Amino acid sequence: MPADGKPALIKKIRSAGPMRELMGAYFRELDEASKTGSAKVAWCTSVGPAELLRSFGFRVYFPENHGALLGSSRLAPDLIPAANAVGYSPEICSYLTSDVGSYLRKLTPLTKAFGMAGPPKPDILVYNTNQCRDVQDWFAFYQREFKVPMIGIETPRSIGDITKDHLDGLVGQHRALVPTLERVSGTRFDIDRLRETVKCSHDCTLGWKKVLRAAEHVPSPLTFADGTIHMGPAVVLRGDPRAVSYYESLVAELEERKAAGVGAVDGERWRFYWDGMPVWGKLREHTELFSSRRACIVASTYCNSWIFEGLAEEDPFTGMARAYTELFIVRSEEFKQRYLEGMVRDYGIHGIVYHDAKTCPNNSNDRYGLHVRLTRSLGVPHVVIHGDLNDLRLYSEEQADTQFEALIEQLESKAV
Amino acid sequence: MGRALYCGVDVGASATKLVLADGAGEVFARAVRPSGVDYAATARACLAEALATAGATEADLVRTVATGYGRGNVPFADATLTEIHCHGLGAHHFVPGAITVVDIGGQDNKVIRLDEAGGRVDFRMNRKCAAGTGAFLEEIALRLDLPLGDLDGLARAASGSVRLSSFCTVFAKTEILTHLRRGAKVSDIVRGAFASVVQRVIEMDPLEGRIVLTGGVAAHHPTIAAILAERTGREVTVPPYPQFTGALGAAIGAARGPGGQ
Ligand code: SF4
Repeated sequence: MPADGKPALIKKIRSAGPMRELMGAYFRELDEASKTGSAKVAWCTSVGPAELLRSFGFRVYFPENHGALLGSSRLAPDLIPAANAVGYSPEICSYLTSDVGSYLRKLTPLTKAFGMAGPPKPDILVYNTNQCRDVQDWFAFYQREFKVPMIGIETPRSIGDITKDHLDGLVGQHRALVPTLERVSGTRFDIDRLRETVKCSHDCTLGWKKVLRAAEHVPSPLTFADGTIHMGPAVVLRGDPRAVSYYESLVAELEERKAAGVGAVDGERWRFYWDGMPVWGKLREHTELFSSRRACIVASTYCNSWIFEGLAEEDPFTGMARAYTELFIVRSEEFKQRYLEGMVRDYGIHGIVYHDAKTCPNNSNDRYGLHVRLTRSLGVPHVVIHGDLNDLRLYSEEQADTQFEALIEQLESKAV
Repeated sequence: MGRALYCGVDVGASATKLVLADGAGEVFARAVRPSGVDYAATARACLAEALATAGATEADLVRTVATGYGRGNVPFADATLTEIHCHGLGAHHFVPGAITVVDIGGQDNKVIRLDEAGGRVDFRMNRKCAAGTGAFLEEIALRLDLPLGDLDGLARAASGSVRLSSFCTVFAKTEILTHLRRGAKVSDIVRGAFASVVQRVIEMDPLEGRIVLTGGVAAHHPTIAAILAERTGREVTVPPYPQFTGALGAAIGAARGPGGQ
C-alpha cells in the first residue's frame, strides 16, 4: 500500500524485474551483433517466421516492438510528423510512421532503456502480410535505406476455415525463403535445428497461454496492461529457451496470487474484454480508471495474438504455415464473432471495449458491425472508443473516459 | 429556510448549467454561464446565482452531483455521474417510458436508449469531431456573419434547404462559400446546416421509438427538432429547458443518494 494509505491502483507483478533483465539481455545481444558482426541480424514482423530465422542463427529484431515502445514512451506524436513530411500519410499505420520518424530523427527509447544508439542494423528483412500490408511497406522503407534483401510471405486474409490449399501455398512460400536465408546467414538449412526451435517456440506459447488463461480466475491475477508488458518474451524471444523458463516462473507467481485470492484489482467487481490495439500512451491511465471503479480488463484479442498452438516440431513448415494463419487478425468476421463469443464466456466478461484505432483498420473490429452483432447475440454491452495505438493526436481522452465510466455506471445500475 | 434541496451541475465544454430541485425533481432555480477556463469558479457563480433565485442558502443543500466534461472540477460536489447517465435521468423525468434520448451538445452528441423503467439499454457517442454539434453551428454563423440567435428564425422561414455534404466543419464552411457564390439564399444555407446536424445524429443510430431531444442546441434552435422528426418519421419531444436536462438529471441522481442510480 502506498504512503497515502489508499490501495494501489496498479499492483506490480514480481516477475517484472526478471523480465526486464531478460529483455535487456535480448537487446544487448542484438546491439552487440549489430556493432561487431558476431551474428547476422534479421528484422521480422511480429507474427512472421521467427522460428525459421532463429534456426539459421539470426538474431531477430521486431520493429513492431519498437513501435510499441515509441507509443508507450509517448515519443510517437513528435516523430510521426517527420514520416508524414517525407510522404507517409498520417492515415496509415502509426507504428510505421513513428518508427520511420524515429529513424529520420535519430531518436529512440532504446537509448534510455538499454543504452543503444538505435535499433540494430538489419542484414535481411522478413515479413508476413498475415496481419496487414503496412508491414511490407514499412520494411520496404528500410530495404531502400540499408540496401539489404527483403523477402516475405503473402498470406491470404479474411479466411474462414483453413484449407489444405491455403497451407500448401504457405508451406511453399516458407520453403522458398530458405535459399536467401542460407546465403545471407552463411549457414546451411538444418531441419533438426528448425524442429528444435519450433518446439521451443511452442513451449513458450503454452506458457504464455497459461499466463493469459490465469485471468479466467475471479478475481483475475492480472490485467490487460500486465499482459501487454509480460508478452514481451512471447513476441521477441519465442524459440529461445529463456522465454520458456520465464513463463514458468510467471505462471507460478500468478498461481500463488490465485491461491491467495489476490486480484490485480482490489475488490474486482466488473470484468472487461479489450478488443483492438492498446492506446499505448494512455495504458496506465486506462488501467487506473478501471481499477478505481473496481473493474479489471481481464482479456484481450491483442495479448492472445501471440499464441501459436499450430506450431509442430514433427512437421515444422506446415506447423508454421498453420500457426501464422490461424490468428484472429487473419480470419473472417464469422470466425472473429465465434472467437469473441468464446472469450466472453470463458472469462466471464461483463462488457467489451472496442478500440477503433484510426491508423490500424486491421485491428479495429467494430468497422463491419461485429460489435453490434455480438452485443445482440450475447447481451453483453460494449463501447467503441475512437483513438489510435500511437498517434495521440487522434485520441480524445475526455470522450473515452466518459464512455468507460458510463459503461460501468450502466452495469452498476443494473446490479442495484 | 430548512428546505431539502438537491443540486445538479453540468459543466459542459461550452456552458455550465446548474439546477436546484427537490427530491421529486421539481426545479426551484436554474443558472447558466459560459464554462470559461476556471470551471470551479463558474460552478460556484452558478450556485450563488441559483441559491439567490431560490431564496435558499448552502445549508439547504442536501447533496450535489456534478456531471459533464468538467465534473471532476466542482469542489462542492459530493459525487460525479457521467452526462450520459444524467441526460437519461433528466429526460426520463419528463417523458417516462421507453425512450431514445438524443443530446446535441456544444461539442459532442449522444444517443441513449432507455427502457420503460428508465434503465439504460445502451448508448452511443459521436466520433471525436465537432461535426453535427453546437460548435458546428457556431462556425456556420460566423461564416455567414450572423448572430447565433438569428439562425433558428432563418431556418424556420427558409423555402428550401441547401445540401451540405461535408463531414468536416472546416470543409463545410468552404462549401458554403461555393453556395454563396452560386447565389443560394442565406436562409436555405442555414436550414441546410441544421439538416446536416440532424444527418450526423441519424448516422449514429437507427433511432427507434419515441425520441426525446435534449441539450443546448435544441434549446437555441428548436427547428432542429422539427427537422429530426421529419427525417426520422418519429415523434420528437423536447422537454422544458432542454439545455438543463443533464443538470436536472444530476440533481435527480443526487436525490437518489450515493451511487445516484
Ligand atoms: S497490424 Fe496495424 S498496427 Fe500492426 S503493423 Fe499492421 S497496420 Fe500497423
